[in-house]
Amino acid sequence: MSSTLGSSQGPIAQLGERRAGSAKVAGSSPAGSIAVGVEPEEWQTPSRQLLTLRRLEVGVPALLVAIALAVAGALSGSGVAYGFAATALIVGALLWRFVGRRFGSWGYAEREDDLLIRRGVMFARLSVVPYGRMQFIDVTAGPLERAFGLATVRLHTAAAATDARIPGLEREEAARLRDSLAELGEAQAAGL
Amino acid sequence: MSAGTPEGWRRLHPLSPVVRGGRATIAIFILLIPIAFGGDTLGHATPQFAVIAVIVLAGVVSWLVTRWRIDDDDLRIETGLLRRQSLRFPLAQVQAIDVVRPGLARLFRVAELRLRMAGSSGGTARLAYVAEHEVEPLRDELLALARGARHDKAAPAAGPESVRPLREEHVLATVGTGPLIASILLENWWLVLILVALLVGLGISPHTVAGLLVGGGFVWALSTVTFVWRRFNQQYRLTVAEGPDGLHLRGGLVALTAEVIRPGRVQAVRLVEPALWRPLGWCRVEVDIAGRQRRKGEGEAQRGQLHALIPVGTRSLGVELVDRLLPDRPRELSRPPRRVFWKSPFRYRALNWGRSETCVATTSGRLRRVTSWVPLEKVQSLRHVQGPVQRRLSLASVHVDTAGRAAHATLRDRDAAEAATALGELTDLARTARRRHEVA
Repeated sequence: MSSTLGSSQGPIAQLGERRAGSAKVAGSSPAGSIAVGVEPEEWQTPSRQLLTLRRLEVGVPALLVAIALAVAGALSGSGVAYGFAATALIVGALLWRFVGRRFGSWGYAEREDDLLIRRGVMFARLSVVPYGRMQFIDVTAGPLERAFGLATVRLHTAAAATDARIPGLEREEAARLRDSLAELGEAQAAGL
Repeated sequence: MSAGTPEGWRRLHPLSPVVRGGRATIAIFILLIPIAFGGDTLGHATPQFAVIAVIVLAGVVSWLVTRWRIDDDDLRIETGLLRRQSLRFPLAQVQAIDVVRPGLARLFRVAELRLRMAGSSGGTARLAYVAEHEVEPLRDELLALARGARHDKAAPAAGPESVRPLREEHVLATVGTGPLIASILLENWWLVLILVALLVGLGISPHTVAGLLVGGGFVWALSTVTFVWRRFNQQYRLTVAEGPDGLHLRGGLVALTAEVIRPGRVQAVRLVEPALWRPLGWCRVEVDIAGRQRRKGEGEAQRGQLHALIPVGTRSLGVELVDRLLPDRPRELSRPPRRVFWKSPFRYRALNWGRSETCVATTSGRLRRVTSWVPLEKVQSLRHVQGPVQRRLSLASVHVDTAGRAAHATLRDRDAAEAATALGELTDLARTARRRHEVA
């Protein structure tokens, strides 16, 4: 059981730490009931390389579009193209920020019997996947992820709705997680 | 049972290609119609005959190359001419066994045996078709083996003689034809409405309606009629009974199905009350078993469909049935906070949830009220989700995922603190339930 009950450190409060509204939620939380309590330091996060990758994914196209528009503006001499170029830059900047926040929302925690995964800024999600329920685990790495030495670990249960993946793990960490999950899954496997 | 080929390999019934190509057989007749009516010489029908020959040949070849046998605790099927497939189905993982007899199959006195397996890659084992008099003993043998394999893995060599099935069963409910028709019409009242509108329209201005029908309306009408018919056909005189080897479901008008769901394989139970049924106090009880929604090789009728235990019945009967399936179901459900009105003004009254030590229950739907129960030992994962609107109102939802096809329990729009608590409690209770189940 968590020792932080009654304060604003419930799992959900942690999900939305940046929010002002969470204090009033935690205030009404009945003591002794939040069992999914995970200390903030227990949460593990994806590699910072993922942030770089995601930022490049939005930054580079935005920059290219802006440059192309600016060049078009210079050639045609119309101010509208410059306006569009500026818009592209602003959109890029907003996405840059959003990507940063989204990166910050990812986290996972290996507990005794289950794996917790949290993610999402707009839609904050926290999944609890018991090790015994895992059917298989796959590790994938796309070309860009590979270039950054990253991999995505995905957990599958018998339920189609289970949505448990952890992107942007360094390759050794991904392999370690996969092996440890597979081992725990085998030890605790439960029938359907 | 006869052993056709060496080492206990058996073939399917020789008439299988004919029945299997049921639609193709009908298509052949349609192809032949122009010849019969047009008085054409057979010479003109060469392409038709070529098509028929190919279909027949394909069917016969597929029958020739398919064989099956029961190994100790597996069912093995080998099939395929060019791409040889050897399929192994561990009987311990069987969730349910169906005996399906479509109209054509009944004519030829054969039946299809369908083993529903768990898991996302397992698929369904189909033996199409087996002689009618062999199918029931075969099913009982498979069920007995599945039971034996589950209880006692060390001695799987128990022969079919030693594990004779227990035949007594206890009938729980049968569905009458009148209520069934009424219920289908009432649930799909908009279909009836459109049909009536079409008929009225036909009286007022036949041209407009005819135009509508030609312009795609005909296809729509045909598909809805098929839908309604299929449902009626499937649920006609459906009888649910409880036997020692699981729940027995039998029914059907033209296509007969008999199904056995093994005990403890029910992933979720749903009680559905469509809007127009409620004044009559009717409900439908559905159970969900493991497996993915759409599978290759499954008939149309199985797509996304839950097993209706009783397609229609009084609410008290439904509740009684649910009680039998889940004796320790939660009795009291709690309502969502009032502020949910601002997010879901229509259904907020319908969103309740409750839990007991072994089961979680949720309700949803303003018009079509659905109550879902999920036994906690069947929980696959739990998800806590909070969207932007929910955050503003300090609400959150908890999803309870199961291995079933469609029935899930969702604690929608609860107070954020309550949702967090529920997530923790359900995680713990599910773990306990799973452990208890493993030991038992």
